[in-house]
Amino acid sequence: MKHKVTTTVNGRKHEHEVEPRLLLVHYLRDELGLTGTHIGCDTSQCGACTIHVDGKAVKSCTMFAVQADGKSLTTIEGMAKDGELHPIQQAFWDEHGLQCGYCTPGFIMAAAYLLGQNPNPTEDEIRKGLEGNLCRCTGYVNIVKAVQTAAKTMSTSPARKATVAAGGN
Amino acid sequence: MAVSQLVGAKIHRREDPRLITGHGHYIDDFTRQGAAHAAFVRSPFAHARIKSIDVTDASKAPGVAGVYTARDFKGQLAGTHPAAPAFVADKKYIPERFPIAEKEACYQGEIVAAVLAETKGQAADAANLIQVVYEELPAVMDLEKAMASGSPKVHEGAADNISWDMTYTGPDVSEAAFKEADVVVKERILQNRLAPVPMEPRGVLAEFETYDKKLTIWMSSQNPHFIRLFVSGAMGLKESQVRVISPDVGGGFGSKISPYPEDYLVPALSRLAERPVKWIETRTESLQNATHGRGQFYDVEVAAKKDGTLLGMRMTQFLDVGAYVGTFSAFQACACLMAGGAYKWKGISARTIGILTNRVPTDPYRGAGRPEATHLVERMVDLVARELKIDPVEIRKKNFIQPQEFPYTQNFGLVVDSGEYARALDVALKLAGYDDLRKRQADLRKQGRYLGIGLSTWIELCGFGPSAATAPATGGIALVESAQVRVTPTGSVIVYTGTHSHGQGHETTFPQIVADQLGVPYESVELRHGDTAEGTAFGYGTYGSRSLAVGGVAISKAVGKVIDKGKKLAAHMLEAAEEDVVYEHGAFHVKGSPDKSKAFGEVAFASYGMNLPEGMEQGLEAVAYFDPPNLVWPFGTHIAVVEVDAETGSAKLEKYIAVDDCGNIINPMIVDGQIHGGIVQGVAQALYEEVVYDDETGQLKTGTLLDYMLPSANEIPPLSLDHTITPSPTNDLGVKGIGEAGTIAASAAVINAVCDALSPLGIKHVDMPASPDRLWKMMKEARQ
Repeated sequence: MKHKVTTTVNGRKHEHEVEPRLLLVHYLRDELGLTGTHIGCDTSQCGACTIHVDGKAVKSCTMFAVQADGKSLTTIEGMAKDGELHPIQQAFWDEHGLQCGYCTPGFIMAAAYLLGQNPNPTEDEIRKGLEGNLCRCTGYVNIVKAVQTAAKTMSTSPARKATVAAGGN
Repeated sequence: MAVSQLVGAKIHRREDPRLITGHGHYIDDFTRQGAAHAAFVRSPFAHARIKSIDVTDASKAPGVAGVYTARDFKGQLAGTHPAAPAFVADKKYIPERFPIAEKEACYQGEIVAAVLAETKGQAADAANLIQVVYEELPAVMDLEKAMASGSPKVHEGAADNISWDMTYTGPDVSEAAFKEADVVVKERILQNRLAPVPMEPRGVLAEFETYDKKLTIWMSSQNPHFIRLFVSGAMGLKESQVRVISPDVGGGFGSKISPYPEDYLVPALSRLAERPVKWIETRTESLQNATHGRGQFYDVEVAAKKDGTLLGMRMTQFLDVGAYVGTFSAFQACACLMAGGAYKWKGISARTIGILTNRVPTDPYRGAGRPEATHLVERMVDLVARELKIDPVEIRKKNFIQPQEFPYTQNFGLVVDSGEYARALDVALKLAGYDDLRKRQADLRKQGRYLGIGLSTWIELCGFGPSAATAPATGGIALVESAQVRVTPTGSVIVYTGTHSHGQGHETTFPQIVADQLGVPYESVELRHGDTAEGTAFGYGTYGSRSLAVGGVAISKAVGKVIDKGKKLAAHMLEAAEEDVVYEHGAFHVKGSPDKSKAFGEVAFASYGMNLPEGMEQGLEAVAYFDPPNLVWPFGTHIAVVEVDAETGSAKLEKYIAVDDCGNIINPMIVDGQIHGGIVQGVAQALYEEVVYDDETGQLKTGTLLDYMLPSANEIPPLSLDHTITPSPTNDLGVKGIGEAGTIAASAAVINAVCDALSPLGIKHVDMPASPDRLWKMMKEARQ
């Protein structure tokens, strides 16, 4: 039996009939075609599928699509606005915070939530705050740098700060 | 090569805008109209006879389009899994391997049946309904027991479990050195089995066009041309009928070099079902079936003089091949050839034994053979230093190959092209504050705390490779590299390389080289790779830190050919003799008359026109292959500082210093990124990761990322990097590889630090991973 699910994803409203067992990450990828959210494990360790659900960072493989009914979601595709990169995206680019790029969307979403909660984290707080995400390429060095750089940019750009605090985009 | 602005500059990656916005194209992002989804039934046993397979229920399940067993593929696929002889000349036993098991499954995860369905959920559901009756057989797990004559066999009916047993240099070679010795140090050194774990698992989407008899394969591969070669052969197709596209690839680390059973089965399923077929690996499938790395132990003894002069080494590599021989498995035996490290030896005796077990095959994993060699020699040198009460720095400096001795022919006849080992060591010592660290260590020891400092003065050989070495090693195909450079009428430059990037940033770095050499805007140069339908006839892929040192040089050569043709045409346009025309800053001009000049774009446009010199064909493009005269030899020094908690045995990496020398640097940002990632993979081997199978049943106990511990940002300290630059004399760019360096160096530095930390307890050697439980037990025993 299928269930009706209504979501707002990156500001757009969607209505779908889905199987109750459909994971949120598969809903995003297969139903909505938002393939920027990646799958890297079966057990919610890697964080590649991290998105925001009503402003909170969530591993979208840990939720069923039906649980997202009525909720507002932000995925990596919703982070850049009008062709302008989000400061965290820009910082990942500037600091070489990615290599193969597969884990990157999850890291950017996790970092956006982290900086929303704690706009000026210490290096230790960044490392702890991102421990739910795994990267195999960068050794985390430049990911941490990217988050530090983004924190600086965002602290001098009040508009961005406000939107991030409100929901990560 | 001209001094330039781009080579050596931190240019931000072109790949990134699509990747940071979620617009990359990884394998699971592709689909084809009407595609069926494949799921595989895999043996739950490490070793079992397949008595029967009942597909009745699965065939009737919702959405099922077909259920297939080995029999169905008999007319579809021919031959056995390819296994290159690599560096082991005497390949004794290579078990036959068909991509799907028929009568006997030899590792947990081996495919026994396949299902096609309309959705991946339906395919997975139906796979669960297939009833396979197995008769469990003894699992061969222990390397030493597997070698004994009475051992059960990995494959029923086999004569033994030895895949190869090769003596590179016999005991006689080191006999004189051992006779001279004041001290002989012995150790058994384990190399824990590792899972490469690229964050993107593998996947294959195949479409066989029944009426055109053409096959297109999209897959996550480091090596699309080799896949085309292998799969076309197995399917009875010409290479020209097959196109392999490897799009954005989410990491490889060696695990996406060799062909896998699914790489054959998914295309064969597409031909059988007459529709596209897609399969995406789950993480558990990946941990269970993607080739593992390491999985070895070494028996080593080293002879030295009282003053610390190293004399001789005897070593035997015992390598867990797994249930079948991986395509490049025997390459791992190069650990023997590199066992001497950065030092001079009178004699080294080396032997490698490849032993089959009922585990998934091992194959190259980042560094492949060279991390093992570094770990072995760096551990042994520390053990000798400790025995003789010499500082680890001093013993290294005493035995290094000296700068004036290069090119240096080492014990196995390999010619080390260049090096300045003591300089890298000195830079690292300074960066680490070595003397202060030793003082701090002494202070902490008084407080009962265990701080250790570990050195790894590593070297490697990479840039595979010269045809004379690699063609015999692969069974015929020399691992040279190809490039094509095409200039369009308006002067855009499209560069095709046979290498493949899966995080290394080739789309950025290779155009840096081309734009500099041509003197054209960087933006006008585009790099393309990963599609066998484009570029040269054959490409060799990316592994063994070869892309720049072989592929980059091939590109540079092709650019040279373009410039040569441009000169001929420009001379004609300028009414000058060809030898009077020079090419500088993006323009051809007559020597001594800079005003008589034609810009690159003008010449490119003219090359497609009518006014060409007699006999010249239209167009401006060139193909080049580069067969390197030697391998390249990066080196460096890594220093790890580790504190082991006296109560819990937990080893905390406090500080990590790396000074690496990879010759000339194209893009320092990318080089540092490669080193960072490499180091953390080596640290992970030293402290965290290990593939664990049950010793008796062969059941994989680390089948998820819950059980297989990849470090997170929270386990890793900041890394301090520096470089020395000793250009390679082997190629015109003066470059060496850097992709594997960090991993090659790191495990030795960390374990040397752990052993140094625990030396007050009399602990000399610690195996990997140096996990809290292992160290706690060792410390407890040592204190008793």
